[in-house]
Amino acid sequence: MESSRQQELLHLLRQDCGSCHGLRLLGGLGPPLTASALQGKPKEYLQQIILHGVPEQAMPPWKGFLNQEEVGWLVDRLLEGVAE
Amino acid sequence: MSVTGKKWRMITWMATLLAMVLLSGCTTLRGTGDLGLVVERASGSVQVLENSHNTLLGSVTGLGDLSHATAVFSRDGRYAFVFGRDGGLSKVDLLTMQVVNRVIQAGNSIGGAISQDGRLLAVANYTPGGVRIFDTETLQMKLDLPALAADGKLSKVVGLEDAPGQSFVFSLFDAGEIWLLDVRDINQPKVQKWTQAGLQPYDGLVTPDGRYYLAGLFGEDGMTVLDLWHPEKGLRRILQGYGRGEAKLPVYKMPHLEGWAVAGNLVFLPAVGHHAVLVADLQNWQEVAHIPVHSQPVFAMVRPDNRQVWVNFAFPDNDTLQVIDIPTLKVIKAFRPGKGIMHMEFTAKGEEVWISLRDEDRVEVYRTDTFERVAALPASAPSGIFFASRAHRMGL
Ligand code: HEC
Repeated sequence: MESSRQQELLHLLRQDCGSCHGLRLLGGLGPPLTASALQGKPKEYLQQIILHGVPEQAMPPWKGFLNQEEVGWLVDRLLEGVAE
Repeated sequence: MSVTGKKWRMITWMATLLAMVLLSGCTTLRGTGDLGLVVERASGSVQVLENSHNTLLGSVTGLGDLSHATAVFSRDGRYAFVFGRDGGLSKVDLLTMQVVNRVIQAGNSIGGAISQDGRLLAVANYTPGGVRIFDTETLQMKLDLPALAADGKLSKVVGLEDAPGQSFVFSLFDAGEIWLLDVRDINQPKVQKWTQAGLQPYDGLVTPDGRYYLAGLFGEDGMTVLDLWHPEKGLRRILQGYGRGEAKLPVYKMPHLEGWAVAGNLVFLPAVGHHAVLVADLQNWQEVAHIPVHSQPVFAMVRPDNRQVWVNFAFPDNDTLQVIDIPTLKVIKAFRPGKGIMHMEFTAKGEEVWISLRDEDRVEVYRTDTFERVAALPASAPSGIFFASRAHRMGL
């Protein structure tokens, strides 16, 4: 993935995911997305949630804006602890 | 004669000295009626702004995580109380541009309000879910009220507003309840609770006269009203099924409700998950209009003279603004100032509006009659803009 796209994704994560999960992803209306909070949750599961959302619980689907590869990359960053 | 002459010289000399003191004082003495602040969310700072000449005066740093930060003002207009997402509550002096006091009051908070008499601040918290009340002078905690819902669980608190009679009113997101907290005697607070307030209330507003509290619902198409003059009458559901059976779209950003929603008898509300601004009549709560707009509205704010409503939109349409003309209830203007429009704030009399463009790193000022841009100022990832003139309005 182009590094400019990576920058865009990190910006999206902080700003647009951050509007519900907190700018530092420490939680808000949505749960925290820190490495410790996500510890033990399967990668597959996290990718599915981001792609398809949990609409009745206020988590929107992102598949119209992010492809599989991009979501996979974001989940790796989250599990690495990009939030902290 | 010579004595009088001496005396005169003394007097002249003292008068000159006094004039010098006064003059040098004049350059620093000023009011706060045209001041405000813009939140720079990424850098944990605010910039103090001034709307008589549209300039930024300076920045105040060290305020923590300011995503979703809001501010209220002391009633003398001198201090801003900034509520940060990380639970920080900071008291900022608008004149010296210093943080004069700061406490970390909870793990995670969403906003707050200042009491009718200006002595107490209430903060709405997500974790631990509840409301905490602080003294505006000292920021000492006066009350800790966990939002323990009827289901026995702690709930996230949203839509906290000040209400008449030294009260605060708020909603419980997870539990679907509305609580009215009377703090006339802070040592003997009285709480009234209503369950069945609707599914997932996400925000609330108090009308400018302080009479009604409205909670917006995420989990269903509709809203809930509490008449604060007659709380004994209980809750009333309004605008039920406003989506008219159309599938609700995914919501990428929760709309915001604010006290700027009312013009005469009309109240303007963002529809959740629909491309519409809803208009209801305050006298009977019937739907008056369903105004189609560009995308999902986030803020629908009435210009202070009640002539227009300005609307911004959720991701990915947050580059656009629309203006609704109130007499005709039609969109009369659409324009695209730039990416990441987060907030709008009108000057007290509404001739200009400030807009924050998060992804462009600037704030802009527009005339509201000609829509002409009159200023563009640099700010780092700006979000909320709050003017000190809010100090004298209820529900802001
Ligand atoms: C409109 C609010 C909102 C936005 C925007 C949002 N989320 Fe969420 N998210 C939620 C909520 C609420 C939940 C909890 C859902 C539940 O209760 O099942 C959630 C859950 C999640 C989870 C599951 C966490 C867990 O521990 O199970 C992940 C991962 C996640 N979101 C990632 C993201 C990412 C990445 C973005 C941005 C691309 C994003 N979210 C944007 C509201 C939001």
